[in-house]
Amino acid sequence: MLYAYILVMAAVSYAIRALPMTLIRKPIRSRFIQSFLYYVPYVTLAVMTFPAIVDATQSPVAGALALIVGLAAAWLGAGLMPVAVLCCATVLVSELALV
Amino acid sequence: MDDKTRRRAALAQGMRNGVPIGLGYFAVSFALGIAAKNAGLDPVQSFLASLLCNASAGEYAGFRVIAARSGLLTMAVMTFVANARYLLMSTAMSQRMDPQVHPVHRFLMSFFITDEFFAITIARPGYLDPFYHYGAVLVASPCWALGTALGCVAGELMPARAVSALSVALFGMFLAVIVPPARKDKVIAGVILVCFAASFALSRLPVVSGLSEGTRTILLTVVIASAAAVLFPHTETAGETDDGEVEP
Repeated sequence: MLYAYILVMAAVSYAIRALPMTLIRKPIRSRFIQSFLYYVPYVTLAVMTFPAIVDATQSPVAGALALIVGLAAAWLGAGLMPVAVLCCATVLVSELALV
Repeated sequence: MDDKTRRRAALAQGMRNGVPIGLGYFAVSFALGIAAKNAGLDPVQSFLASLLCNASAGEYAGFRVIAARSGLLTMAVMTFVANARYLLMSTAMSQRMDPQVHPVHRFLMSFFITDEFFAITIARPGYLDPFYHYGAVLVASPCWALGTALGCVAGELMPARAVSALSVALFGMFLAVIVPPARKDKVIAGVILVCFAASFALSRLPVVSGLSEGTRTILLTVVIASAAAVLFPHTETAGETDDGEVEP
């Protein structure tokens, strides 16, 4: 049963990537679809990040601190890897005191 | 330079640039492996999922669906929503393909459209070079799958402190994707704050908090992204990306 999940996941993941690349030869004209697609990544990732980050750690305070540190680091221009590492370090250090 | 030499050079350059991506992938996918394990996947299954899906947020969303044992339709919709940004990237890449290049490359490159591969591939001037793309993929993609499997295996051997710390790595990565554009575009910044507030409200309010995490994400994405599209239409061409760093 788990393999069925993985298969659906893989098929949809590939279809999303392959369909525009293979079918679309001209720019999308619809203003709404263009705008909707433009906002989708931010909305999805933001919704998935909070409050999940606070619920993921042993102490919610550590998760909240990681969120603040991650927001600040990303705002200052840190890349994927540095932000991810900083968030982990924040939780590790703060939970030494909190848990 | 003849074709073969040029291809080999592009492949080699792609492999070099794939190294830092691979290192990043390894760390992040380790955390993803922990999520996979929590959802009930074994190391082989999590290895396969990462090998076949190549998506951080998408796989994470998928693992949540598996954890909740929701239906396959939910899985399809959830995977679509969490990966919708690849529609944009794929669209952008379709505009930059050399018409002379064999169509098989469109199918192959599509399989490996991730935030990072997209960023480095589209950042190069002119037509996209499939072999540059493959070079980066050859180095970084195995790191992604192996990291996931290792996270799934070692997750249970690790102390609770380390698991807790690593579990925020993905969220950190998501922040690194959404925050820099928010700094340039106040609308995106506002949208993100609305998302945080709405997502928090829906996870805590009675009745709606009973909905699965995946359903809530779909609901919020469709409502908030539609509202933003109506209120603040974004009219740049599809060839431009949402990632300021990769604009040529």
